Amino acid sequence: MNQRVLLEVSELKKYFLIKKDEGLFSQTVPLKAVDGVSFTLHENETLGLVGESGCGKTTLGRTVIRLYEPTGGSIVFDGQEIADLSAKELLPSRRKMHMIFQDPYSSLSPRMNVTEIISESMENDASIGPRERKDRVLELLALVGLNSDHANRFPHEFSGGQRQRIGIARSLAANPKFIVCDEPISALDVSIQAQVVNLLKEIQESHNVAYLFIAHDLSMVQYISDRIGVMYMGHLVELASSSTLMQHPLHPYAQALISSIPVADPHTERTKTRIAISGEIPSLINPPSGCAFRTRCPRVGTLCDQVTPELKEIDADHHVACHLYDK
Amino acid sequence: MVNYVIKRVLLAILTIFVIATLVFVLSRAIPGGPFDRERPLPPTVIENLNRKYGLDQPLFNQYLLFMRNVAVLDFGISYHLLGDETVNELIARTFPVSCLVGVWAFALAVLCGIPFGIISALMENRPPDVFFKIMTTLFISIPSFVVAALLQYTLAVRLGWLPVAMWGSWKQVVMPVIALSAGPLATITRFTRASMREVLDSDYIRTARAKGASSFTVTYVHALRNALLPIVTVAGPMFISIIGGSLVIERIFALPGLGWRLVQAITGRDYSVIMGLTIFYAILLIAILLVVDLLYAFIDPRIKISQGSRSSEGGD
Amino acid sequence: MEEQQNLSFRRVPQEERKTDTILRPPSTYLKDSLYNLSKNPLGMIGTTVIIFMILFAIFGPIVLPYSYDQQNLRNNFQPPSAEHWMGTDNLGRDMTVRIAYGARISLQVGFTASLLSLTIGIFYGAISGFIGGNTDLVMMRFVEIISSVPQILYIILLSQVMPKGEITNIIYVIGLTGWMQTARVVRGDVFSLKTREYVLAARVSGVSNFGIISKHLIPNAIGPIIVSLTMSVPGAIFNEAALRFIGAVGTTIPSWGDLARDGMGAIRSSPHLTIYPSLFISVTILAFTLLSDALQQAFDPKKR
Repeated sequence: MNQRVLLEVSELKKYFLIKKDEGLFSQTVPLKAVDGVSFTLHENETLGLVGESGCGKTTLGRTVIRLYEPTGGSIVFDGQEIADLSAKELLPSRRKMHMIFQDPYSSLSPRMNVTEIISESMENDASIGPRERKDRVLELLALVGLNSDHANRFPHEFSGGQRQRIGIARSLAANPKFIVCDEPISALDVSIQAQVVNLLKEIQESHNVAYLFIAHDLSMVQYISDRIGVMYMGHLVELASSSTLMQHPLHPYAQALISSIPVADPHTERTKTRIAISGEIPSLINPPSGCAFRTRCPRVGTLCDQVTPELKEIDADHHVACHLYDK
Repeated sequence: MVNYVIKRVLLAILTIFVIATLVFVLSRAIPGGPFDRERPLPPTVIENLNRKYGLDQPLFNQYLLFMRNVAVLDFGISYHLLGDETVNELIARTFPVSCLVGVWAFALAVLCGIPFGIISALMENRPPDVFFKIMTTLFISIPSFVVAALLQYTLAVRLGWLPVAMWGSWKQVVMPVIALSAGPLATITRFTRASMREVLDSDYIRTARAKGASSFTVTYVHALRNALLPIVTVAGPMFISIIGGSLVIERIFALPGLGWRLVQAITGRDYSVIMGLTIFYAILLIAILLVVDLLYAFIDPRIKISQGSRSSEGGD
Repeated sequence: MEEQQNLSFRRVPQEERKTDTILRPPSTYLKDSLYNLSKNPLGMIGTTVIIFMILFAIFGPIVLPYSYDQQNLRNNFQPPSAEHWMGTDNLGRDMTVRIAYGARISLQVGFTASLLSLTIGIFYGAISGFIGGNTDLVMMRFVEIISSVPQILYIILLSQVMPKGEITNIIYVIGLTGWMQTARVVRGDVFSLKTREYVLAARVSGVSNFGIISKHLIPNAIGPIIVSLTMSVPGAIFNEAALRFIGAVGTTIPSWGDLARDGMGAIRSSPHLTIYPSLFISVTILAFTLLSDALQQAFDPKKR
């Protein structure tokens, strides 16, 4: 991977303030959705991000794209620090990044037709004139497999898969270099999922886009990602290339996840070793001290409740945050 | 739970003070003063009167005095009445009239509205339901004073069954009560019907039926209890509209009640009466609303449970 | 397995499948809802009555041969006849014309005042819902507080503050005191809509806050807004009539409420003087109520 670095995230934090009513006065406690995450993303690369519900991956995606205000840390996008910019200062960078959302039924405004929806992302870009926009809309529709008939129709006239394709067209309209895909296929039928993922791959090649691909279906993530990161309770616990992670996961949580992927061969499926994790995810308001995973870790050790492990490079392009691998 | 109660009570007190201030500002903003007459009084007399009642003081001082009086519920003296009757006594004299009419109107609306609504819901789209639908639509649309005028014309003038107006015997209460209750009756009927229907169509009722519960049990035990709950929420605004309605109805039927005295005071610029009566109404209403709120909190288990942590934005 | 030669099936190649074609003509939410509305007989009756009232108000005074203050003292207190469709009043003035003029005033006040309430309500509710947090809390508490007083009391008080006899003042008074319900409804919708994904998409595209409110939030809350409008018009007409009826205000050209009040004095001998204006008030309010009910059903997303 010799492409240049497009996005560099360092110690990114996003805390939400929760009101807890105690007596007459309400206390506010922070919910640490993202607690110190660092990674880099190169041009044209796809970084997959997996983890169970509540681990912070959607929050991370939305914070990186500045939908949420970061509580701390830095985001350097295309050479510029964007974590603390005002909305106005952010506008030029907004042109270069966009997002594809999870729910095809609520990600398109019911009151706008397809042309208006796709054109909206071009509004910020003064270089594209009104007539160009129309042409571009038709271009994009063709790219995602729809046709010009569809341009004046409204979202409620389309199926889920079609709506998601409209969403993809919308995110491409301003020619971004970076797209956050927030579980773009989770709400679709399995047969449609494959279509959409293939479409995303084609687009990546033809348009030179980098993806942050957030999902919880590991086999799908593996198919599209160059590298994969595993998140748990707001922390990135392992980060490695796709093949490495699938074959040699190091972090106990990652190991359990990978082992749970069903294999199509019944014999292998029956004889493989499954690592089970007990217990439930702890509260994000009151996380365990030290390593967040220690309450469920099958290989918990003595250091785990005192020191939070950091993401360290153990091997070539293989980072883990676990005391088991402290040298 | 206790927090909820305390919060609501504090809010109620705050409301009273805000309304009091609003009333003060409004009544002072009305051009003219309490001593304007058709033939103007000599200026020195007006000056003296103003001084006697403290009306020549700077506005802010008047305001402070006013607020102090509100706090102790002393509403002072009417500027017009020549006797020594204080506003408090005025209230004591006229409120029972309005209260009687208002309470009967509310009772009529509830006691008839709920059964009408239930019947309507159970006989969906059959003749009784259609009848009630027409009746409620009419009652909502026809203004209360039109109903009042109609009643007066038919029952009093034409048929002579009831006296046209004034106050004295129970006969004189009938028409005002009916006129005042028409709108609320329609509202409660519609609301009960909608609420019943929603509950009857819901899954858990279907489950009860499927398990073999008899129609009777299903309707009266399960459905009713749940359907009646939202009606409590309508009670508050209904009181507000009954009080509003009484202002007009009392005029038409010449009832010596608070509402009519208030309108007279407003058109006659009688400051202390305006403020006193309005504040009184405000306190009354707010107390009723508070009771309704608390009642609702007691009945609805969901409010009790949700008194734990509340999140503003979720994270994933 | 026998080979069957005459299979009537054939494999359809991918290109021939018309999975992506949409057959019916494009239609917006608005068109759909209006179509639903037209299917509702009561709603159509309501609309027709309203249109009739508007036409009556505009053309009545032009077409009818009398003017509203044309007196004929020998002809007073006449019951309805061929010459005077709704009779004459105590000064011999033709009631039909007077009611037509009254329609002008009552309808004007009704529409304009409720438009004013609507505008205030939309702004207030949208801003409160959009900003959220403590601002929203305070703003909504304030609405709660001032809603504790019956609207008609505000109207009576305010009407005394304004100089009498001006129709604009009545419009202001009613408009300024009736916005609370709309504000609540709009705030509720805006509050829940602002976390929708299409709003987030607009933010990612760089749309400004104002743009989001005006292009996404308010248009998507339009259903309840329209229903609110049709419910506040009858309220405004009612309040105007009630205000006149208790004698708190008056203009040179009488409105329906004035006419009804004036007629009360002669209710024994000439009931038509009160009945006709009251009838017109009631029927107009009824028409709006029917329309509002029908609109509510037409805009109901569950029925689509």
